[in-house]
Amino acid sequence: MNIAIASGKGGTGKTFVSTNLFKTFQSLGHSALLVDCDVECPNSLLFFDLKKLSDTIVKEYRPIIDTNKCVYCGLCYEYCEYNAIFYVPELKQIKLLDNLCHGCKACTVACKHGAIENSSTEIGQVSFFVDSEKHIFLEGRLKEGKIASIPIIKSTIKEALSLSSDFVLIDSSPGTSCPFIQTAVRSDYIVLVTEPTPFGLSDLKQAVETLDSINKNYGVIINRSGIGNIEVYDYLEKNKIPIIAEIPFSKEIARYYSEGKLAVSYLSEIKELFEEISNKIIKNGNSIS
Amino acid sequence: MKVAITSRENSIDSIIDSRFGRCAYFAIYDTETKETEFVKNPNKEANEGAGPASVKFIASYRVEKAVSGEFGFKIKSLMNEVNIQMIVIQEEKTIKEIVDLLNK
Amino acid sequence: MEIAFLSGKGGTGKSSICSAFISLAKNVIAVDCDVDAANLYLIFPPENTIETSYISGKNAIIHQDKCIECGLCKELCQFDAINIIEGKFEIDPVSCDGCALCFRQCPSEAIEMIDSDNSKLFFGDFRNGSIIYGRLSPGEENSGKFINVVRTLAKEKSKELGIENIIIDGPPGIGCPFMSTITGVDKVIIVTEPSMSGLFDLKRTIDVAKSIMQEIYVIINKYDLNLEVTNQIKEYCLEMNIKIVACLPFDKEIVDAMINSKTIIEYNYDSDISKRIKEAYQIVFKS
Ligand code: SF4
Ligand code: SF4
Repeated sequence: MNIAIASGKGGTGKTFVSTNLFKTFQSLGHSALLVDCDVECPNSLLFFDLKKLSDTIVKEYRPIIDTNKCVYCGLCYEYCEYNAIFYVPELKQIKLLDNLCHGCKACTVACKHGAIENSSTEIGQVSFFVDSEKHIFLEGRLKEGKIASIPIIKSTIKEALSLSSDFVLIDSSPGTSCPFIQTAVRSDYIVLVTEPTPFGLSDLKQAVETLDSINKNYGVIINRSGIGNIEVYDYLEKNKIPIIAEIPFSKEIARYYSEGKLAVSYLSEIKELFEEISNKIIKNGNSIS
Repeated sequence: MKVAITSRENSIDSIIDSRFGRCAYFAIYDTETKETEFVKNPNKEANEGAGPASVKFIASYRVEKAVSGEFGFKIKSLMNEVNIQMIVIQEEKTIKEIVDLLNK
Repeated sequence: MEIAFLSGKGGTGKSSICSAFISLAKNVIAVDCDVDAANLYLIFPPENTIETSYISGKNAIIHQDKCIECGLCKELCQFDAINIIEGKFEIDPVSCDGCALCFRQCPSEAIEMIDSDNSKLFFGDFRNGSIIYGRLSPGEENSGKFINVVRTLAKEKSKELGIENIIIDGPPGIGCPFMSTITGVDKVIIVTEPSMSGLFDLKRTIDVAKSIMQEIYVIINKYDLNLEVTNQIKEYCLEMNIKIVACLPFDKEIVDAMINSKTIIEYNYDSDISKRIKEAYQIVFKS
């Protein structure tokens, strides 16, 4: 079962939940994988003591223009929807602007003079890690300065699914845009982490809208309960959205998190809470699939 | 020599447009004939790459200088490649005032 | 003056601190560039809101009556956006990048490019001036262009209304939207918090920001949650020659203020946090 841990917006405790949940799945004896798909800022692996096994480079298509063969007809320039071909026939200038190119290959298909060759560029990587007990971790990482996070998310999840494991826990990208949807469509169950504040609720609503539009099953964890107000509870009840659990606000939890430590390893009440969460997620996820 | 000036509207009394890639018009001024032609910037609404596309656009007019409120760092290298000299004017001058400056 | 608040990763309390600055600026144009999850408007509910729709890009659709099932589009698509569902070729709008290659190549002219215009732009008045925010329709990618549109509107309004200061609540991450937010602003304030992941994010954020601008300030939020990491942040900023303008303690009052749709300045003007934010405001605006 693929379980995505997501939140409308960063900072609600998505990484906190993913990492502690993963530890709990392990200690309950499940075979589980932790996958960090927050490719712009992956950091859930900082909470574990890991050794890197390997990297898989993720590439994107790039055209190479051969100026010797080019007859400056301009068709490639016309085909490119992204202004990625800098073309000034008056000055016999043509070149690719790499940072604008989306790798769609339209220019190459357009060129009738064999002046464009196929090539590719590295946009990021999927890395495999292992801890001392041979648990596997995966991390997708976007190369700095690159913008195409989708292919990396797709490759990361693909690699994860090629490994054998009963549960794949995916720390998803924040927000409700493309990266979030790409992770969600590849998951069986989505855990939305929110906090009981007006900001949290507004972001949660957007995430719910998005998940409903792609017909996904999900439940909500309310993090830092005890601070904030009850609006979010009213909203969840009215829309019949299941609450998986509430994690109380505590400075202690925040401190462990800030030190890069897993609260479930230190606080017994949090350990129990996460065991309950794990069981509920497995049950909710199974009841629908 | 021709000079491209980014302009908010299409008359010599218009004020310089501070954006390069997404300016409304380019005023193409010819220092020899002393004539100014106004052309709409086709890249104003471009989703991406308005800057480079605008460099291409003015280069096709064979201008040697470009005047605007700012040039992004990606634009600068392209401008050098097509040998267009950049002049930054941040005050709200009219096209006419800028043309006068160019003639000095 | 145009100032942007950023945080690398979300959730560091950026919007709360940004809104406090907006309170202090009194007459200001508030801009929410966090178009994925805009929420400044929750604290500053606008009046007389004007709504406009925004075309965020294009998507391809296949007209089934014209499709001859040759499969060329599927073969050409670099984004795996074309699937065969129940024997029919269909385009997944989430994966479609809008490159139009299939549209241009289809031998049967069965493909059409349509505008995606579900994204919205809002402009209105609020108690401290005017507020501008955008909302991308779910699943749209924040390409940075939307941010340019929002910022251009802010600049126009600033001229039109004679309001000098623009304060921007920026997007998370350090990708394209981040770049579009900081390019051309006068000052950037990065809000961070003392955790290992926070420090790591801060470094990445500063690295990228430094490549295009000089005036960068840092605010450490909830500094007392981990004094050790707070010190590491301080050392790092010193090394990078970046000024820390405030260290704010963790305080439930920030959340209480938010629940009451107020900024911390409005909620408790004389509190310790408000005092520290006022000092930061002075440094940023007066230097
Ligand atoms: S691959 Fe696509 S985006 Fe890149 S230059 Fe060619 S047409 Fe433009
Ligand atoms: S389509 Fe081919 S020949 Fe024509 S301008 Fe482009 S590269 Fe040159």
